[in-house]
Amino acid sequence: MTWRRLLARLIAGVPALLVVTVLVFAIVRLIPGDPARILAGDFATDQVVGELRERWQLDRPWPIQYVTYLRGLLRGDLGRSTATSLPVAADLGERFLRTLELAAAATVIGVLVGGLAGVLGATRRASAVDYLATVVALVGVSTPIFWSGLILILLFSVRLEWLPAGGTGGFVHLVLPAVSLGLFGAGVVARQTRSSMLEVLGEEFVRTARAKGLAERAVVYKHALRNALIPIVTVVGDQFARLLGGAILTETVFSWPGMGRYLIEAIAMRDYPVIQAIILVFAACFFVVNLLVDISYGLVDPRVRAE
Amino acid sequence: MSVLLRHRGALVGAAIVLLLAVVALLAPWLAPHDPNAMRLGENLRPPSWAHPFGTDSLGRDVLSQVMFGARISLVIGGVSVGLALLGGVPIGLAAGFAGGWLDRLTMRLVDILVSFPTILLAIIVITIFGPGLRNAMIAIGIAQVPLYARLTRGAVLKVKALDYVLAARASGARESRVLWRHVVPNCLPPLLVQSTLFFATAILSAAYLGFLGLGAQPPTAEWGTMLSKARDFLRVAPHVSIFPGLTIMVTVIGLNLLGDGLRDVLDPRTRIA
Repeated sequence: MTWRRLLARLIAGVPALLVVTVLVFAIVRLIPGDPARILAGDFATDQVVGELRERWQLDRPWPIQYVTYLRGLLRGDLGRSTATSLPVAADLGERFLRTLELAAAATVIGVLVGGLAGVLGATRRASAVDYLATVVALVGVSTPIFWSGLILILLFSVRLEWLPAGGTGGFVHLVLPAVSLGLFGAGVVARQTRSSMLEVLGEEFVRTARAKGLAERAVVYKHALRNALIPIVTVVGDQFARLLGGAILTETVFSWPGMGRYLIEAIAMRDYPVIQAIILVFAACFFVVNLLVDISYGLVDPRVRAE
Repeated sequence: MSVLLRHRGALVGAAIVLLLAVVALLAPWLAPHDPNAMRLGENLRPPSWAHPFGTDSLGRDVLSQVMFGARISLVIGGVSVGLALLGGVPIGLAAGFAGGWLDRLTMRLVDILVSFPTILLAIIVITIFGPGLRNAMIAIGIAQVPLYARLTRGAVLKVKALDYVLAARASGARESRVLWRHVVPNCLPPLLVQSTLFFATAILSAAYLGFLGLGAQPPTAEWGTMLSKARDFLRVAPHVSIFPGLTIMVTVIGLNLLGDGLRDVLDPRTRIA
């Protein structure tokens, strides 16, 4: 992908982000009641409510409020948490990295396990391996994310006492939440890998590669898999976004101090500035992931690069 | 239909879904106990003949709760799918049939919303309307509207270009007749497949919301809500967490198998081979 195309993609994404800001802006205004009171929290004094109303121009028409809100966002002002009175942006940084860590680890697990299951299933079609991989993939996509977490805790923390049941403090704390979340992704990746591999394995260039006497391993991994990658990459990108959403559940089960758990706490406390900020950050993540997926098309397929 | 009967996965899926439906319908007669009857002396009992799935922290029979939970899950699935169809299909039909700027604008908006995970969209809706089972169903339904709009539009575009639609137009049929007689009926198969799969997503999402305390509220015997409470007793009474979770998993497997089977039969081109 050339720089010009990248820039064009970035600019094309701006309306999408604007739509999300409208959505987030609307949340507080759609809740019955005075937005200034809602943003200030249940226990704020009249003075604080008044200050907020003036600062965000909450007594003016909606379009003006929206412009004020956007200006604040551009300055990095996400408002103050009604629970802690601290700027939301400061609270969010650490938690964002935690969620990213969890989702990235889960994606790696999902791609490795799912990719392997998919390739094995496709290359040994209708064998016991294929059957097993298909069942594992089906169970993976059908298991509630939080329940696989509970079962893993039950097995590895309560019964075997191998791994901690929650909290943070190093690699061992990451294993169970990442596996729990990763299994869900693995199911989806396995299904997609299997179907696109099957499609590619039936093509003529694969037959040519076999005919010229290449080792089966080279045929599968160098020729077929590379050509099956585009739909797989799309699914992986999509899964990363879904896993960020799923992290809301995994973080709750494992007391993982990330953005998802913060969101649930904020909803319970009706901490609207925090809710708004987290949804915006999630949306920005999806935008970046989509962009990365687009860029990677060029990396895995020279034909896209040449366009 | 006969093709569907020969599809092993679809058969297993259909059997699971049928069983779920029967249990849900006949729950008051099939359940061994009153799902809400508390027996404080018998709390957190492990599985036994009297209580095959054990009892929960308030001494309620878990099997009876799971059975009555099936009713709630069926309602959740039905209502959410209904709402998503009601909202998404007209948007997709309008966009696909009219084309032009309406199509471009709607689809840009849909593309943005589709990139959001269902659970997050549902949480946004719940934030506005407040927690509860009814709002959870509305939230899940609304969260799927963009997907249905995109799917319907895709189907309309495909059907619109087919010869028999062109023939109907050429023979002077009015636009509304072309739409309702020729385009809509042919968009139904992909929608049926999607609805089966979405039924599973809806049940999962409702369980997620219930687990997070944003969906059905206790003492409603919704599967996710049950698990949210059971989690506190994971160490001493794992059975209270295991059985409702297992039920969700088997239900979702059934719906996914049925959906995949329907897709293979109705829409062979998109088959996951």
